[in-house]
Amino acid sequence: MTARSTAAAVRGGERSARSVVEEHLAAIDAREADIHAFNLVMRDDALAAAAAVDAQVLRGEDPGPLAGLPVALKDNLCTRGVPTTCSSKILEGWEPPYTATVVERVLAAGGVPIGKTNLDEFAMGSSTENSAFGATRNPHDVTRVPGGSSGGSAAAVAAGFAALGLGSDTGGSIRQPAALCGVVGLKPTYGRVSRYGLIAFASSLDQIGPFAATVDDAALLLEAIWGHDPFDSTSIASPPDPLGDQADVSGLRVGIVEELTDVDGIQPEVKAAVERAAAGLEDAGAKVERVKVPSCVYGLSAYYLIAPAEASSNLARYDGVRYGLRVDGADVAEMNAKTRAAGFGAEVKRRIMLGTYALSAGYYDAYYGQAQRVRTLIIRDFARAYESIDVLLSPTSPTTAFELGAKTADPLAMYLSDVCTIPSNLAGHPAITVPFGTGASDLPVGVQVLAPALGEAVMFRIARAIEGLVS
Amino acid sequence: MSDRLSHTDVEHVANLARLALSPDEIEQFTEQLGVILDHAEDVAALDLDGVEPTAHPLPLVNVLRPDDVRPCLDRDEVLAQAPEAEDGRFRVPRILGEAP
Amino acid sequence: MSLIGMLMVGESGAMPEYEAVIGLEVHVELSTTTKLFCGCPNEFGSEPNTHVCPVCLGLPGSLPVLNREVVDYALRLGAAMHFDVPPESIFHRKNYFYPDMPKDYQVSQYDAPICVNGWMEIDGTRIRIERAHMEEDTGKTQHIGGGGRIHDATHSLVDYNRAGVPLMEIVSQPDIRSAEQARAYVSELRGVLQAIGVSDVKMEEGSMRVDANVSIRPVGTEALGTKVEVKNMNSLRSLGRAIDYEIARQIAAMESGERIVQETRGWHEEEGVSEGMRSKEGSNDYRYFPEPDLVPVAPSEEMRTEARAAVPELPADRRARLVAEWGIAAQDARVLVDNPALADYADAAVAVGAPGKDVANWCTGEILGFLNETGLSPEVLPLPPDGLAELIGLVVDGTLSRSLAKDVLDECLTEPKRPKQVVAERGIAQVSDAGELGAVVDEVLATNEGELAEYRAGDEKLRGKKRSFFFGQVMKATDRKADTALLNRLLDERLG
Ligand SMILES: [Mg+2]
Ligand SMILES: [Zn+2]
Repeated sequence: MTARSTAAAVRGGERSARSVVEEHLAAIDAREADIHAFNLVMRDDALAAAAAVDAQVLRGEDPGPLAGLPVALKDNLCTRGVPTTCSSKILEGWEPPYTATVVERVLAAGGVPIGKTNLDEFAMGSSTENSAFGATRNPHDVTRVPGGSSGGSAAAVAAGFAALGLGSDTGGSIRQPAALCGVVGLKPTYGRVSRYGLIAFASSLDQIGPFAATVDDAALLLEAIWGHDPFDSTSIASPPDPLGDQADVSGLRVGIVEELTDVDGIQPEVKAAVERAAAGLEDAGAKVERVKVPSCVYGLSAYYLIAPAEASSNLARYDGVRYGLRVDGADVAEMNAKTRAAGFGAEVKRRIMLGTYALSAGYYDAYYGQAQRVRTLIIRDFARAYESIDVLLSPTSPTTAFELGAKTADPLAMYLSDVCTIPSNLAGHPAITVPFGTGASDLPVGVQVLAPALGEAVMFRIARAIEGLVS
Repeated sequence: MSDRLSHTDVEHVANLARLALSPDEIEQFTEQLGVILDHAEDVAALDLDGVEPTAHPLPLVNVLRPDDVRPCLDRDEVLAQAPEAEDGRFRVPRILGEAP
Repeated sequence: MSLIGMLMVGESGAMPEYEAVIGLEVHVELSTTTKLFCGCPNEFGSEPNTHVCPVCLGLPGSLPVLNREVVDYALRLGAAMHFDVPPESIFHRKNYFYPDMPKDYQVSQYDAPICVNGWMEIDGTRIRIERAHMEEDTGKTQHIGGGGRIHDATHSLVDYNRAGVPLMEIVSQPDIRSAEQARAYVSELRGVLQAIGVSDVKMEEGSMRVDANVSIRPVGTEALGTKVEVKNMNSLRSLGRAIDYEIARQIAAMESGERIVQETRGWHEEEGVSEGMRSKEGSNDYRYFPEPDLVPVAPSEEMRTEARAAVPELPADRRARLVAEWGIAAQDARVLVDNPALADYADAAVAVGAPGKDVANWCTGEILGFLNETGLSPEVLPLPPDGLAELIGLVVDGTLSRSLAKDVLDECLTEPKRPKQVVAERGIAQVSDAGELGAVVDEVLATNEGELAEYRAGDEKLRGKKRSFFFGQVMKATDRKADTALLNRLLDERLG
């Protein structure tokens, strides 16, 4: 049963929202102890919200397109009166006095927040192991990571804990865990979904997006949350075009991005999946060719200068003065420094250090400034590619889900997990991952579809077609 | 082993970032940041004169709001989250230096 | 010549003469309804932490949205002070830790400010202004214990009501050469800001804060000396004192062969001294980078045109107009224009026909005195501008003497009565009919024949004395209501 059909049943009074929520809570009760997708299961709130939806239906009102659907919220989305931690000790126990725009929209559409999901601390990581509250495990193989940083939401949807999930994607943090957990995940065009209430990692890259079991369900959630928000200056004012339900790709021009497919360390079955998806699209009438987006090879380096730089500033506010953790000190500066040392985990400190260094006097031009110029090159190269191509194809992650602990000692190896997803963040473009069979050890493989800015409709068309190839 | 950074550099950066790092952490970050910066050398070494930096993926300008009052937060709710509050305000340990 | 002028000249002539090189950084709080990036009220003096929201508290996940009114104010300032407004300006983050700053960075403008290359003329000298930019204010910190001084306090309390209040920072070039000129610059700037309606510019309440960069160099040399930043001046007077002090301190150091250290010094008004300020090591590496949560400001032609149209007559032009059209002294024009509400009052009186010179006289004299004494503002006076014009009319047409008019004014400033009403009630209209007053004069002369004889026989001195006697007698007979000019003429006629 898809999320869309479940919501239709609830709207039509054929099924109660309560039963939908109870079913998911039962799944949580059965497997959450093994998976640890959630930092907090909002059992009572979810049941209350479900009751409200059922009451609306009873009154003859339409609760909205997400009626009764349990939605897993990444724990970096602010929820008023509900702890929001970013999986960090520094925010442990913090209850925001306001709610993120996306969460408001989920509620307004009849959706039911079912819990706050685990993440790499402040969304920094690719395995959901960097959490102050313990790692999340991949529902397909609990000895393996779910990917990250939105591993909790990806695992929750994959395990049937939630009908839909919300994550944030700064360098691949929705798409890579979606691929590793065998679900659909996408990052919309930068500015399409409001960031108001999303706890910032790297502001010029962060974007919220949906997780779902199917492409169509991802579209359902995206259409419920996107659109202009006056509280986010970077929100696109023009209303988005409806995504439609087309899967016809005849005549569409599809390019396989060489620089993102022939990367070092890519697993053969991952590469093979992209080739098979491309062949399938060709059979369905698309024109497929290999294209070059040369500056993509600098994406990872540029990203690991820009994102930490912005993060070093965004995370300065966790200083023990207004909310969250405080470790006492003899004076305010000592209190700040001790609080931050105790409250942040190793990866967060590493990136704050890196970003602070990249912005500091004498290094700005060589690092941050230079990375911003690379960003220009990447945007240019994509623009050139899109002159003759409608959408691009690449792997989502170079590998399938890896074992817990496999990369925790080697930051650079972990960073390489995002090599295929980062260019879309740097360019601000949308990209989606679609599960495309399994690789070695029966682990899910994702294929990534990249589109130009505001190109969600054509991106979804290809994604539906790829999904259709699997069945 | 990268020698891009010295311990002193790392200590200086930790100070700027207000992080009370342990000697072990200083040691570790000196090594790790060096490796990451070595990796970033491909970008640092590019000749990009004449390429404009992109600060922002969107070409938006003039996003402005009207000068209209909106509701404020309730003070009790705000201060309830504070590690320490006194007299309607946030309490902090003594401040050694004036604002720069 | 100022104290410093004398110091600089020296006594022996062996000492080199120094000249001060001063640049001013002025922070002004804009009087918008709401803060720079959120809808919290921009109000002074409310209960602590009641004007806060997720944005100005820097709560995780909050985002700034720029207040349009701030941009309009900045553009108006640009138009009023001859600034260039580049096609695009952007915000940066200035990163440093301080508990009064909720995000531990200040959103400010750095290398692309909204206004560049402006100037103001101060007594015929053009002071160039490097830039004016928009930025957010910080919260307020109160130090507890140790007499409220930061270094002796046991702890501090922070109120974020002021955090996020919009500021313009206006940075002059080092074109100022004396404390006096610095004061004149700030005073003129204040006048302009008030005239264009973007700030209430109260230095005492902290809505205008002035920092001075001061260096000295031997007269005739071009190279700039080491500059010292002086802060914490809370009035024009204290600005002048602090600069004079700093110039003297630097000259003394130079003369005794000491090196001048680049530093920031805090001014202590009571003690009349400045002191080096402690700030954290490395805290001046601000790691500026473009604020990713905001987009560029690209003022449209329409916004620019509106801003130009919103600039009213500026103080310098107003002073020039009053001098030229009313024929008043430059000093009086300055007194009026320095008090814009009073100048508006005067303008309104002139607009209904009163002669400018008389209006200026009353306004800078009795009325200003009354305002200073009572702390009232001209708008709330019971006597409206056309009432003043009416009073002046009564003097001009001879109904009231200047001294009677003053009595009438006193009453009109405290009670809502028109001057004519007071005159009628008190029956104090002056006797200015030549026939009526002539009869009184004749009677006085007739009843004082002896005095008149003495007058006729007397020398110059005695004649003067007797004339005063007759004058006094007539005043007495008319209950002091005689039109004195007319009386003098009548006495001249009668006494020959
Ligand atoms: Mg400033
Ligand atoms: Zn606010």
